[in-house]
Amino acid sequence: MKPTWIHAFILGAFCLGFGFVLAATNVFTVDAIEMRALEDKQNSLAQVIPPAIHDNNPVKDSLILKDHEGKDLTVYRATKDGKVTGVAYEILGSGYGGEIRLMLGVDAEGKVLGVRATAHKETPGLGDKIDPAKTDWITRFAGLWLGNPPVDKWKVKKDGGQFDQFSGATITPRGVVGAIRRGLEYFAEHKTEMLEVH
Amino acid sequence: MASSYKTIVKDGLWDNNGVFAMMLGMCPTMAMTTSATNGLGMGLATAVVMAASNLLVAMFRGYITQEVRIPVYILIVAAMVTLVDLTMNAWMHELYKVLGLFIPLIVSNCLPLARLEAFAAKEPVLPSLMDGIFMGVGFTLSLTVIGACREIVGSGTLFADAHLLLGPAFSFMETRVLPPDTGVLVAILPPGGFLATGLLLVVKRMLDLAAGKEIRMAGAHSV
Repeated sequence: MKPTWIHAFILGAFCLGFGFVLAATNVFTVDAIEMRALEDKQNSLAQVIPPAIHDNNPVKDSLILKDHEGKDLTVYRATKDGKVTGVAYEILGSGYGGEIRLMLGVDAEGKVLGVRATAHKETPGLGDKIDPAKTDWITRFAGLWLGNPPVDKWKVKKDGGQFDQFSGATITPRGVVGAIRRGLEYFAEHKTEMLEVH
Repeated sequence: MASSYKTIVKDGLWDNNGVFAMMLGMCPTMAMTTSATNGLGMGLATAVVMAASNLLVAMFRGYITQEVRIPVYILIVAAMVTLVDLTMNAWMHELYKVLGLFIPLIVSNCLPLARLEAFAAKEPVLPSLMDGIFMGVGFTLSLTVIGACREIVGSGTLFADAHLLLGPAFSFMETRVLPPDTGVLVAILPPGGFLATGLLLVVKRMLDLAAGKEIRMAGAHSV
């Protein structure tokens, strides 16, 4: 029978040892992971803001506004020759598997430049058709604005609107269409703040 | 009681397969097999963790006392999972974006823990490494087969999006088995996981019976 302190010592030594290994791994990977996160953000912004309309780096030109719930919302701005040509910000929709996070790009007139889902937990094979790698459904919003179609038609067809749902999934497209509609309404409310040049 | 390598390979792949004989790791088995590609990805990540943690436990088995072995095993598995998670995020980012969500789930899989307790704690380093690798490969095969069945029935495709996991060279694997929109939705919803796993378990046991093998009841312990 070994004394109790032996077990405590062994467990402590393993914790210390693996803690050290993890700390070392973190030190070696932290910069690379930060780089990847920045690249991801740049990529998702590049998909909703066409490179032709800006000569700045939107990731570095952002402002913080308050959203409807009073939370901070980061708005990335595309500028060309000192004028704001478009903005991009995150919008949230509620899907079948929880929250759907999307990046919405809007030009200075309020037209959709592009929308991309950045994180979602929708059912694979059904709701994940919002992912442009799977189908091109999400690309149909480009060029539309509140008015084309009219505000009361910014719904899926099942709800009397104009956008197709997918076969087998209505909740996901409903969440996405609703999120874009609210995102555009938000743009209309905050247009002056977003387009103001500092 | 050193097991021969042939037995280790046969146990891992078929006789004592993690999913279809020991019935362990059911959480990722149900959750991550909505397509063959997802099953394959989850299986591979698990196999890496199992090989590494089996190796470590076998190396340190002389120092781990009976009383604290379980916390030490959990510590080792969790450390390996975090290591894989960080490394993949930093240097295999494309793969990480596909597998990212599966990796922390490996900690909640009791298959690695069962192999540490039943095998690596008693056996020398090399057989333990082999056991980790082949139990992991067996787990990968099981998940891929379940995923393939669910995907064919549910979505009518096989290995869809394989290029996201394995690189563009593997897009030839992506095939459409049934015409679009003919899938039976339930197969890729949670109940489909239970149905597919149960039916495949029946198939495995029928094959074993036909081969005149004794059906081994579920148990984490190796011979």
